[in-house]
Amino acid sequence: MKGSALASRPSVPGTSRVPAAFLIAGAALLLAGSWLGLFVAPPEHYMGDVQRIMYVHVPTAWNAMLALTWSFVCALMFLWRSDWKWDARMESAIEIGVLLSLLLCIQGSVWAKPTWGVWWDWDPRLTTMAVLVFAYFGVLTLRRFVDDPVRRATWSAAATIVASADVPIVYYSVRWWNSLHQLQSSPATVSRSFYLPLRMNAFGILFVMIGLMMLRTRLAKLHLRSELAPPLISSHPVSDSEPRLPGGAR
Amino acid sequence: MQLAAAVRKEVLLQWRSRGHFLAVFAFGATALLLFSFAIGPNAQALRLFAAGFLWLALLLGSTLALSESFQYEMDHRAMEGLLLLPTTARSIYYGKALTNWLQLSILGVALVPVMVVLYDAGTSMVPQLIAVIVLGSAGLSAPGTFYAGMAAQTKARQTLLPLLLFPLVVPVLLAAVKATSLLILGDPMNQSRSWVLLLVAFNAIYWSLCGLMFTLVVEE
Repeated sequence: MKGSALASRPSVPGTSRVPAAFLIAGAALLLAGSWLGLFVAPPEHYMGDVQRIMYVHVPTAWNAMLALTWSFVCALMFLWRSDWKWDARMESAIEIGVLLSLLLCIQGSVWAKPTWGVWWDWDPRLTTMAVLVFAYFGVLTLRRFVDDPVRRATWSAAATIVASADVPIVYYSVRWWNSLHQLQSSPATVSRSFYLPLRMNAFGILFVMIGLMMLRTRLAKLHLRSELAPPLISSHPVSDSEPRLPGGAR
Repeated sequence: MQLAAAVRKEVLLQWRSRGHFLAVFAFGATALLLFSFAIGPNAQALRLFAAGFLWLALLLGSTLALSESFQYEMDHRAMEGLLLLPTTARSIYYGKALTNWLQLSILGVALVPVMVVLYDAGTSMVPQLIAVIVLGSAGLSAPGTFYAGMAAQTKARQTLLPLLLFPLVVPVLLAAVKATSLLILGDPMNQSRSWVLLLVAFNAIYWSLCGLMFTLVVEE
């Protein structure tokens, strides 16, 4: 880890319409997919209408895992490249990953009560998800308690890698312990009327997630810029039109 | 050589502050006593859950022991002095982790008689039980020492350590509880071997990974 390489401040891109475009496209896909899932797709043979929550539950699961995997990649990239942008990306990925994982647990409980008869079961996937939520919440808490930005970024990258290494071990240990969750479905085993809304919602949540991550990353970069070189005289917030500092740090 | 010196220093420090170990043991024993109130005076149920209670008491006690392991280095910024010596951060980490492992193993073994008395959960397979305690303690010590190094340098040491450690050691807890339970209640299907293997795998991964990452924790 090259501390000196982290001395300069991260560059912050100007306001862009790309995140808004992702958010709008994602919301439109989510609305269309949910409409298809709720009103067009036939009820599932055994579970009836209860199954319809799968159209948001399964895409939430895919995207939560994607966000947390991305945070692991960002952590590795930060330690390798010593570039602030990877720290900002890691922070946004963990926050959104934890949020999606929480949503996933809530959706799963809503589905489990009428299906399994309980709000919660100690199934490998449920338990792994719950453990993940707490593990990554710990990393976010660590970030709140460390004031020095270099230490905060380095430690949270290390903690993210250590927590990520635990995911397969938790999954397999809980699977040996107990298993109730049904096996994963694939397009080959699911009828078209089911998988069309599922795919639309998956891309919808993915686009919303990308839009939110871009906005959150920008916010994290602005925060880092103000932390690394706080304005001494002007109390104005950091703006994109801010001139370069002597020495060219930006 | 560096590692031997680091271990020697840590063992010496632990020995000089052995009063703290007794306090941690008293905490673990009190936890074991309190857990029984959650079940009630049902001897059969208490015996059934004894292994879980033992490992929870050890886990809770470990946070007290681990959070103190960097205290001397943090006082008067002694860690900087340590890093100036011709030693590596990795040796410092392994010195502390090995000593914490020893301390937690002794704590775990010391809590067994308390468990046997309170829950009537004895076993004739004492060497195997000690082996499980030693393996489980290793699983708590490796990530515990790593996170303790971070937490000791923050404002919220006591809060942060369990928050980071507990979710991570879920596999250790599961495997250790299952293996201990099988030793107490009997293992007709010979399942304990796979749980012990899980503990060995967890230890192999985290003793290497945390040693590798610890340089980032103390690097200025």
